[in-house]
Amino acid sequence: MIEMPLLSVEGLNKSFGRQPACRDVTFELWPGEVLGIVGESGSGKSTLLNAIAGRVGIDSGRVLYRTAADQIVDLATAQESQRRHLMRTEWGFVQQHARDGLRMDFSAGANIGERLMALGQKHYGNLRETALDWMQAVEIPPERIDDLPRTFSGGMQQRLQIARNLVTRPRIVLMDEPTGGLDVSVQARLLDLLRRLVQEYNVAVIVVTHDLGVARLLAHRLMVMRRGQVVEAGLTDQLLDDPQHAYTQLLVSSVLSV
Amino acid sequence: MDMIRVENLDKTFTLHLRGGVALPVLRDTSLSVMQGECVTLHGPSGAGKSTLLRSIYGNYRPQRGRILIRHDGELVDIASAAPRQVLEIRRRSLGYVTQFLRVIPRVSTLDIVAEPLLARGIADSAARERAAGLLTRLQIPEKMWGLPPSTFSGGEQQRINIARGFAADYPILLLDEPTASLDEQNRKIVINLIDDARRRGTAIVAIVHDADTRQAITTRLLPLQAHGVAA
Repeated sequence: MIEMPLLSVEGLNKSFGRQPACRDVTFELWPGEVLGIVGESGSGKSTLLNAIAGRVGIDSGRVLYRTAADQIVDLATAQESQRRHLMRTEWGFVQQHARDGLRMDFSAGANIGERLMALGQKHYGNLRETALDWMQAVEIPPERIDDLPRTFSGGMQQRLQIARNLVTRPRIVLMDEPTGGLDVSVQARLLDLLRRLVQEYNVAVIVVTHDLGVARLLAHRLMVMRRGQVVEAGLTDQLLDDPQHAYTQLLVSSVLSV
Repeated sequence: MDMIRVENLDKTFTLHLRGGVALPVLRDTSLSVMQGECVTLHGPSGAGKSTLLRSIYGNYRPQRGRILIRHDGELVDIASAAPRQVLEIRRRSLGYVTQFLRVIPRVSTLDIVAEPLLARGIADSAARERAAGLLTRLQIPEKMWGLPPSTFSGGEQQRINIARGFAADYPILLLDEPTASLDEQNRKIVINLIDDARRRGTAIVAIVHDADTRQAITTRLLPLQAHGVAA
């Protein structure tokens, strides 16, 4: 079988009033590939992520996704029910703030089980067993399974959010500043975990970050955004070690050490 | 068989934050490396040795010229290859050893060395066995294998990097100062490792400042003058 891109974004435009947030963004994402989107705040990177996931409508362009059943779906024009089903099964979304991505009044175990239940899994024992497996995979002590996420540390909450997303074995996970609000020591642990899980499950990831160190460690490929436009794209080490565009050079030179 | 063929390479760095000043580093640089050869780049600092090596690895993007790398029996231009293809070439055909280990937090020494093997689809136990063999040969004590190398000395980190670079037995190896911060004994071990790889047919391009090491590993010297012009 010839390998095909999982996602093709073509000419995506999105404005808020007269303020353009994404301008003619075009790229492909391949199975198992980690794509980093970097740029400073206000560059349009989070809007792009939300637009791809269909969380905000777009003005023009196509978001072509090849489903597990090998059908091409334009998520920009797909029926809401189909889009929602795909988001719950084949896609994941990891928010910067875990409280936005978790149900804070459900136990940790229920948070992990929710997507499975939405897919029709009802057997309590199986759900609990899967939840325990995933807690182990993201290094949360299993005895915390019945605790509410609000009793967890920030790092644990973020790891729980990752487990909650990966439990249905999604093919694409979008991540918005996944290490953003965490202490540096906690960040390192999360990064290492993400790296391992992404490799193990061969999941494609689009990760938005303003941290070039995170980008270096996680991403195979980078896109640099500025004022809604992709100004440079390429292999991560090429872009960070030999930046061509003035804005990329500014970003790279502004970091102490990456 | 030629494993690397660099043709008429130009590489200029344009510093946009310094008023667009252009620094030409390589101009019309060409180079061929055959199987079983160790070509050492030689020249004053600023001659573009590291720039040439990084360009061959696909890390720097030249303005002009081709960098053909033998991959799956074919010569592929890494300068114009898509990112996925560059990664694939690096995974199976092209290794690069620098003096600096890029440490990943929390990853143990043994895992760092075994990683390129696992990436090539080699089974976990075989990969670890080979990694352990290299660490032993490079005199890294076994009690350190389970630890992340972030607190190790410069020489230890460099030897771990060498073990990682040699683990996967790439058909092409690029070495940038592989023995820079090693003592005499470890330098000899690394020289033997390089020589063994070359005798097995590995094509090697190296930058080595130490004259004794250079003499010991080199089969052909490529002198570079200013702007990477082969003398």
